[in-house]
Amino acid sequence: MHDADDKKDRPDAVSRRTFLKASGMSLSVPAVLGPRLVRAAGAEVEVFGPGKARLALDVNGTPRTVEVEPRVTLLEALRHDLDLTGAKRVCDRGTCGACTVIMDGKPVYSCSVLAIDARGRRITTVEGLAAGGKLHPVQQAFVDNDAQQCGFCTPGFVVACKAFLDKHANPTPADVEKGLGGNLCRCGTYVGVRAAVMQAAKGGRRG
Amino acid sequence: MAEYKWPEAEKRTLIGKRISRLDGPDKVSGRAKYTYDVSRPGLLHGKILRSPHAHAKIVSIDTSAAEAMPGVKAVLVIQGPGTEIQWAHDEIVGVAAVDEPTAEDAARAIKVQYEKLPHLVDDHDVQKAGASAKPMAEQKEGDPDKALAEAEVVSEGEYGSTVMTHCCLESHGSISEWEGEKNLLVHISTQNVSGIAGQMAGPLGITAGDIRVKQDHIGGGFGSKFGPDRWGIVAAQLSKKAGGKPVKIMLERDAEQAVAGGRPSYYGHVKIGAKKDGAITAWQSETWGTSGIGGGGRPPVPYVLEIPNRRSAHTPIANNIGSSRAWRAPNHPQACVITFGAFEDLAAKLGRDPYDLLMQNIALTGVRKDIYAEELKVAADLMGWKKSWHSRGDKTPGHVKRGLGLAIHTWGGRGHNSNGDLTLQPDGSVELKMGTQDLGTGTRTALAIVVGDTLGLPLEAVNLKIGDNQYPASGGSGGSTTIGGVSSAARRASLDALDQLFAKVAPALGVEPTALEAVGGRVRVKADPGKSLSWAEACGKLGGIPLTVRGANPGPGDLINSGVGGVQMADVSVDTETGRVRVNKVVAVQDCGLVLDLKTAESQCYGALVMGVSYALYEEKVMDPISGRMLNPNMEFYKLAGIGDVGELVVRMMTGKGYDERGVVGLGEPPVISPGACISNAVANAIGVRVPHIPLTPKRVLAALEGRRA
Repeated sequence: MHDADDKKDRPDAVSRRTFLKASGMSLSVPAVLGPRLVRAAGAEVEVFGPGKARLALDVNGTPRTVEVEPRVTLLEALRHDLDLTGAKRVCDRGTCGACTVIMDGKPVYSCSVLAIDARGRRITTVEGLAAGGKLHPVQQAFVDNDAQQCGFCTPGFVVACKAFLDKHANPTPADVEKGLGGNLCRCGTYVGVRAAVMQAAKGGRRG
Repeated sequence: MAEYKWPEAEKRTLIGKRISRLDGPDKVSGRAKYTYDVSRPGLLHGKILRSPHAHAKIVSIDTSAAEAMPGVKAVLVIQGPGTEIQWAHDEIVGVAAVDEPTAEDAARAIKVQYEKLPHLVDDHDVQKAGASAKPMAEQKEGDPDKALAEAEVVSEGEYGSTVMTHCCLESHGSISEWEGEKNLLVHISTQNVSGIAGQMAGPLGITAGDIRVKQDHIGGGFGSKFGPDRWGIVAAQLSKKAGGKPVKIMLERDAEQAVAGGRPSYYGHVKIGAKKDGAITAWQSETWGTSGIGGGGRPPVPYVLEIPNRRSAHTPIANNIGSSRAWRAPNHPQACVITFGAFEDLAAKLGRDPYDLLMQNIALTGVRKDIYAEELKVAADLMGWKKSWHSRGDKTPGHVKRGLGLAIHTWGGRGHNSNGDLTLQPDGSVELKMGTQDLGTGTRTALAIVVGDTLGLPLEAVNLKIGDNQYPASGGSGGSTTIGGVSSAARRASLDALDQLFAKVAPALGVEPTALEAVGGRVRVKADPGKSLSWAEACGKLGGIPLTVRGANPGPGDLINSGVGGVQMADVSVDTETGRVRVNKVVAVQDCGLVLDLKTAESQCYGALVMGVSYALYEEKVMDPISGRMLNPNMEFYKLAGIGDVGELVVRMMTGKGYDERGVVGLGEPPVISPGACISNAVANAIGVRVPHIPLTPKRVLAALEGRRA
């Protein structure tokens, strides 16, 4: 179990070989590849994988490249490949909101988006909110109103609040309760979050 | 020699103020690193194959396919053939591989044969449990038989709380790596930084001193993260098998829900007796419940009320639901549900407002009766109790019924053993090292407040170093013991450091050391404040060598205490057509001696109320009697309250005269005790019948309305 065999370090080798055998394709596939164009239903479509694919992502205004299997989620690509660990994996199936990021202006659960589907989208993570070392007004409002305890849900909540306020500049308390219902906190910071959203709404926001 | 006490109110610069937590900016920006976020060079990912059966014997294990898989670096049989498994999701085989998907594939490729054995996952029926139910010795005070016979009013009812889970958002887990044969580095999500090494050393055959334990931030513990757990030991063993490479095992959500948490259930039949005038005289309870295969302890009933004549019998049920863990204020929330449910029903039977009945019987609360009386008044004002309360059953038309309920609680919270090293550097910088942890309760902030206030410095001047077992040992964060332990140790260290600093500085200012004080970033002569040195100038007199002072708890002076009260009231609406309960408002009035940071203290209470609404209405570990498995080991069907579910929450901390002079007392547990009871009572007040068990799900509410068991 201790060998440093290169092949053994490529976990994708088996699954790819198995897949290719099953699909009757050639075995001469490089470890990482871009999409192949396959004609299907009268159109050229891109086919990735099953090995690692090189994906171009636009994260926090910067073009980034990751090499991941097509089954890898945006959350794991951000955390594992880009070291953006603010978004958390908690429920791992689109319930709790701890992995929330903004994609083309909309909050999404990054545990439920494949990295491959995030190509060409503008992705903003919690790390992208503070500009020039200064906290975003939403972040400052979370600090001021102690809208955090253990802090594990906080990055997802902050991002969800930012996306919510972008669409609801002057929310009512009822709007807040509805709009932020997709994020769960275990320590129970909702009173602080409610106050933080209202402070950030009043204080004006920067995109 | 310093005088070890807290500063007078008018001299406090930071203590008791409303201060934002120090690590807030790190947490809102994603910079705060949790164990789950830690990556190490050459990191391997571990996964665990778990038992699908609640009770079974392992017949055979075949790991060959997993071992042959590319990318798999270590496979470890955790429980081998012949082992009897006592709960589903128990650990069978661990694997470590180059990435998570490969580790998952490998775990899936392992073949285990089991011989299934009969299981029990029910905890509602003592009769059905048969030999798994083992009655404990009865507890008795006074003459309950006589008192019940002579009572003019006796109320009888059933009350209880089902098993729930901790549901930490950061699951349990760690990263272990070996440096050579005997040195282990462990990053672990824990409430017990100083206590982990001692628990890992034995199973790994090394000495505790060779284990380094680190943690910056923890994503929730609530009583469930004091040990390395079997998976923590397995990660270290897998790492060893893989040549020392770091192995990370964070539990999957299903395992987190199924085996890494669990608050014991307690149910009870209660008879409570009183005179016609309302004087409560008698209590009798037969309780039962489970904490898994161990059966569990007993709930402290009657709770808070020292009813003179009382008998309590308890029967633990040992079953196959998985073991339980300490859950925030262990056993108190459940005891509170049973006791104050019975109390509220008695009040209804007497035709009395429970507020008045409690005030009448306030002497039964013992030494804290004056605190409870004061807190009841404050809470009633904040709730508008006297204006809104009605006798049992909302008689207004319509299918939505409204009601009020109350409960009270208590907790100890004396500070644990704690040590800290405070260093004053010749350049004036200040550093505190302590092997404690901040669970999100605000421990970091409180420490900086104590040191800053004592040394006359701003918060930012204090460089805090916690979360490492190489720092002076401090107790685990459980039972609300942290704040008393760390704050008193930090206060003593700071006072001693000032003493030594003043001795060095005094000659320069031409006075005796006792004539000096540290205020506003300066060391000055008390009687002549114009004569002073800046803090940095003063530290320059240390002679070029840092001054390090050890502070400890316990230690001299009355800085801490034990024992708090606490009153909560709830206002709910119940839809009698759907059975849905909505919390309109909860009021919490809480004392905890001297409050160090009002802002984070209030956050503790708000958080406890949210958690309380959540367990009162939604949270239940649902077991499948057929498969013996948890049916909702996830977050879709294990429900946590969301931001729109908790209603208006009002918190009032009792501070000032009569409270501050008690010293520091823990706060984490007490406010989470009463919500279940006061919300359950409010529902009974609204709909006119008791819903016996929490969570108060629509199914249970409708069943109670129809007069049948849920």
